[in-house]
Amino acid sequence: MNVPGPSVAFVAPPTIEALHLSKKYPGGTTAVEDISFHVNPGEVFGLLGPNGAGKTTTLRILITVLEPTGGTARVLGMDVVKDAKKVRQAIGYVPQERAIDRFLTGREHLQLLASLYHLPAGAAPARIREVLQLVGLEDKADEVARNYSGGMKRKLDIACGLIPSPKVLFMDEPTLGLDVESRLKIWAHIRELKARGITILLTTNYLDEADQLCDRIAIIDSGRVKAVGSPGELKSGLGGDVVTLTLAPADLGKVETLAQALKSVNGVRAVSTKQNLLDIRVASPAATLPAILTAVNAQGCHLDFVDYHRPRLDDVFLAHAGRRIKDE
Amino acid sequence: MEAYLQEVGALTMRWVKRLSREKFSMLFTLFQPMVFWLIFFGNLFQRTANPQVVQAPSYIAFLAAGVVVMTILNNGLAGGVDLLFDKENGFLERLMSTPISRTSVIMSRFLFVMTITSLQVLVILGVAYLFGVHPVTGFGGIAVIIFIGLLFGVGLTAISMALAFSVKSHGDFFSMLGFLSLPMIFLSTALVPLPAMPHWMAFLAQLNPMTWAIDAIRPLILTGWSDALPKIGIVVVIMVVFDSLCLWGASRAFRKTLG
Repeated sequence: MNVPGPSVAFVAPPTIEALHLSKKYPGGTTAVEDISFHVNPGEVFGLLGPNGAGKTTTLRILITVLEPTGGTARVLGMDVVKDAKKVRQAIGYVPQERAIDRFLTGREHLQLLASLYHLPAGAAPARIREVLQLVGLEDKADEVARNYSGGMKRKLDIACGLIPSPKVLFMDEPTLGLDVESRLKIWAHIRELKARGITILLTTNYLDEADQLCDRIAIIDSGRVKAVGSPGELKSGLGGDVVTLTLAPADLGKVETLAQALKSVNGVRAVSTKQNLLDIRVASPAATLPAILTAVNAQGCHLDFVDYHRPRLDDVFLAHAGRRIKDE
Repeated sequence: MEAYLQEVGALTMRWVKRLSREKFSMLFTLFQPMVFWLIFFGNLFQRTANPQVVQAPSYIAFLAAGVVVMTILNNGLAGGVDLLFDKENGFLERLMSTPISRTSVIMSRFLFVMTITSLQVLVILGVAYLFGVHPVTGFGGIAVIIFIGLLFGVGLTAISMALAFSVKSHGDFFSMLGFLSLPMIFLSTALVPLPAMPHWMAFLAQLNPMTWAIDAIRPLILTGWSDALPKIGIVVVIMVVFDSLCLWGASRAFRKTLG
């Protein structure tokens, strides 16, 4: 008997699930604290945060090379501590450093990895050709890695991560230090992998990378998750657009008074200041801008510049972490 | 088991490939110093060394056993260097993110260092042969020399790898190597026999496992089995204790880095 049940949408179990992860070191430093998030199948998920925020620690826990001191994490339903070896067999990893042996050729790297993932000797050459082709490194495969450019090393890194035909790929700062052209190529590869159904978790401190490449992101700062969502959700979650006023340097002393005055203007949702800059979040710039300008005049302030924009990820980070990502 | 052999085989071959591409560094840093100890030091002290004191037909003949064990010492203590670089550039973490047994990296390193050391011992005995040092116990004796060398090398390589995993920077690693290696050589019977040393040095030299290895190898080259056998018995016991201590101490560092 087929009775339609209550309308429950089928929800696939998450590919990666982190629950209250923490890592404290014996010295007393806490790298991450109470980190929770999940990654859905087929997503590109980004951990966004400045250097030292705890992104890499989180990732190292998920790839089983670091044991958490608190909380649990599952990858493809397997516990990263108890089923570590099974997790390792199922995932690919692209480290942050160019973890390349400069005396080996690209192909020799892949042969080594194929053996470490226990690919049968018969299947390895075909798989190696396939990943070389995927990252576009066939021509240079038999050259020693010391002759590779930064972009080529990164491609080899990715190829190494793909050897086990992983369902999940972990990438630590995939485009750190690359030139613009190489970055765009790596992005194209990541999109290609996503199109093949691979779930990808990456860390980044590039806002544009998180914005353009990731389906969802977790903003991490000081070892904690500050917000999780798609870049679009996070931006619209801020509620409204941002008007930025640049005050003439002579009026620097009036910034705080002006900020107070602006908070009572109808349509203004929040005001934050930095030196002679005021970021004003408004529901509708068109409706509120005249009132803002009136308030500026009433305070006798002079403006050097007015700018308004839809909220950027930058603004999201500022709102949740209390500082800009590049203020280091 | 099959998977383990596949891992260890592939990792060991990586060391071999690296070495084959670093021919010059290999030649200069490993082969030459030891052969030069034998050729230069051996010939230099030929006349100053009193045959009554060293109890050998020539100083080179006396020195051969010492240079063999010095080679084992230096190779063993340097055995962790490549892992140090792997740790620093992230390659080790890449290896550890793969589903390999946590011991395969260490095992591959032991295999590689032991093979290279054995080959070098043969080279040194070959050079000594050219200078008229013909081991009296023949190929059997040479096999036992290599066996003693491997016993000593296991402990040393374990210490070196543990050090590589524990140090903060590779500067620390190399200064510690220098700190360990020279005193080990001078406080042993590599260059001078025990009776010829000042008492306090002779006392310290007897606490040095290297001394016992040299004293077992020397009769294999100079006098014969009847002299050598009791000393071989002693050195095997000493090395088993030495290796157990080293491996026990090193396993802490291994577990911490490799999980």
